[in-house]
Amino acid sequence: MSLKITNLHAGLPDREILKGLNLEVKPGEVHAIMGPNGSGKSTLSKVMAGHDDYAVTSGEVMLDDINLLELSVDARARAGLFLAFQYPHEIPGVSNANFLRAAKKARLPEGEEIDAIKFYKEMYARMDALEMDRSFTSRSVNEGFSGGEKKRNEILQLMMLEPKYAVLDETDSGLDIDALKIVARGVNAMRSPDRGFLLITHYQRLLDYIQPDFVHVLMDGKIVHSGGRELALELEAKGYDWLKEEELATA
Amino acid sequence: MSATLAPTPQISPMPSDTASGLELISPDRTNSSAPQWFFERSANAWGEFQKLPVPSIKDESWRYSNAKRISLNSIHPAEAANEHLEAAAVAASEGLATAGARFVFVNDRLVVSETQGLPEGVVCLPLEEALQSHSALLEEHFMKRESFLGSAKFASLHLAHVKAGVVVFVPAQMEIENPIEVFHWIKGANAAIFPHTLVITGDHAKVSVVDHYRSDDGVVGLSCAVSDVIAGNGSSITYVACQELGNEGQALHLSSTTAQKDSLVKSFQAQLGAGFSRTESVSNLVGAGSRSDMLSVSMPIADQVVDQRTLQRHLAPHTFSDLLYKNALYDRSRAIFSGLIHVFEGAHYTDAYQTCRNLLNSEEAEASSMPGLEINADQVKCSHGSASSPVSEEELFYLKARGIPDAEARRLIVLGFLKNALGRLENEVVEAMIIARMEEKFARIAVQAAV
Ligand SMILES: Nc1ncnc2c1ncn2[C@@H]1O[C@H](COP(=O)(O)OP(=O)(O)OP(=O)(O)O)[C@@H](O)[C@H]1O
Ligand SMILES: [Mg+2]
Repeated sequence: MSLKITNLHAGLPDREILKGLNLEVKPGEVHAIMGPNGSGKSTLSKVMAGHDDYAVTSGEVMLDDINLLELSVDARARAGLFLAFQYPHEIPGVSNANFLRAAKKARLPEGEEIDAIKFYKEMYARMDALEMDRSFTSRSVNEGFSGGEKKRNEILQLMMLEPKYAVLDETDSGLDIDALKIVARGVNAMRSPDRGFLLITHYQRLLDYIQPDFVHVLMDGKIVHSGGRELALELEAKGYDWLKEEELATA
Repeated sequence: MSATLAPTPQISPMPSDTASGLELISPDRTNSSAPQWFFERSANAWGEFQKLPVPSIKDESWRYSNAKRISLNSIHPAEAANEHLEAAAVAASEGLATAGARFVFVNDRLVVSETQGLPEGVVCLPLEEALQSHSALLEEHFMKRESFLGSAKFASLHLAHVKAGVVVFVPAQMEIENPIEVFHWIKGANAAIFPHTLVITGDHAKVSVVDHYRSDDGVVGLSCAVSDVIAGNGSSITYVACQELGNEGQALHLSSTTAQKDSLVKSFQAQLGAGFSRTESVSNLVGAGSRSDMLSVSMPIADQVVDQRTLQRHLAPHTFSDLLYKNALYDRSRAIFSGLIHVFEGAHYTDAYQTCRNLLNSEEAEASSMPGLEINADQVKCSHGSASSPVSEEELFYLKARGIPDAEARRLIVLGFLKNALGRLENEVVEAMIIARMEEKFARIAVQAAV
């Protein structure tokens, strides 16, 4: 049982971005991915989610025993994959509450309805944990939200949908220090032996709050280095250049 | 995505030897007890109808449309439906959760009339009855408005045949809380109905009226409806037309509103059915300080055509009009919007706005918009705009990435898109009803998508 990426090659029609990526996240584990701008981190997350800008040319992504690449975007999510976006999209006219309700309902057997009272109770409890004002339930999804509010809203969705594996793409960027702590608390509350996390971040600071079991460096479409928590500190101190040199040396 | 239309084939004038159906069948007034003036007007209209040519796409007001979609020769005035069909229509007449009065007409015959909820003094009567009891009032107002938008022929046809519909007169100061709701059904094949609505308010009165037009799928039929709304000084009228004819139906809706001093008129079109529907909506702002909101939603599917023509006529100073038409198109459907804001001499300090938005769910759907302005006064604020865009792939992706299937994701986006026109009604009961009708359409779309 794991979220397992094997030799993944993917990219735009005219340009390969992921160039043979391997990674395995087991339930209960938290993995962090760091890497320079443009190295392919967001692409990796969107390829897993099934964004049709990108084509997979070879390789495999398995969620437990499900071949994710064979599923539609929505089926992947229902299979247990969650992606917190780096840039969450705004959806005018669709209220946050209706959106979450539709997402929950999509996970119920055909014909079954959401228990509205239970739903609101749960949503309010989650929002309280994230210190989100109730007014966000009736506002259109992400519309006019500040950068930090959008990120909190992503975590609210994570909490409501309880996926098996969650990929968080730079959830820390745009958050003030207090918000970072709140969001980290939310994520930590969701950590469980049954759930795996993949955190994409540029900053070691997030990893002070959400302690990872493994840290990987993604460069030019591949994982070039892996280690424990201490790797994040090392990267913070030394940057990525030394890894480039190492790459060249081993090449 | 395309914002323009290829011209539809030209319509050749109909040779008289092929004329049949409504072209020839003269109105039957044998059992009517209507006053003399009505017979005269109706007979004149029949003459007018026969003289006027069928509109062609060469007429500016029928550009991009196709009058041939309104077939007259295969259709006859609806005959009384049998009991079984009438009962089926009554059973399927679900609409508002609470109505102040309720009427059901089947094939232009009154089947249900419930008016006991109305306060005393309000006139709310089937047309045939009103013609007898309120002859003078009707003589003054009944079909006295000019046809500006291209359907003079069909307005004449309506007047020639009309016998069904409801007349509402709310005396000064009286407010009716719950809407008056009227259902018009076409039952049986090749039948035409001519529903009429006339709403008049005295000073500072208030009322809302909802018309439904319905028929079954797979049955050719025509609804040629007229509604006139006349708001007295300081009064308030909300008028809603909700058209859900079956896929083979043809729907015409010719309407006018007249807003006197400081009155407030809202009109709403929900065009949800029919293979071809055309609405012609004229707003007359005749009194200073009056306001008119013209709102519309449609969601054509398959080969449906929604043809919308509007005119905002500002005839007095300090008048305000705001039009918002929203179309969500699917499949190979088409929406045509043509709107003119006309500010007359002396109508200074007019505010007039016009917006048409199209959301395209398919690359084959086509929307065309022809906005227009004619301003002959000073100190006028006007704007018009129209835009068409496909459903955003990024919005869809976001919803799907949360596990929401494609059809449901589109439903949420389309509903979100159409909702702000609904919100402008500021009437929860009516909004809930229209949303429920839209959900019926979404259910059809889902079924179709599953095939
Ligand atoms: N849809 C797209 N169209 C064009 N270029 C793209 C697209 N998606 C990704 N790219 C390019 O692919 C490369 C990888 O982008 P990606 O967003 O995955 O980087 P990243 O590692 O997430 O960077 P950052 O740290 O800045 O978020 C970049 O050069 C980017 O410009
Ligand atoms: Mg990124």
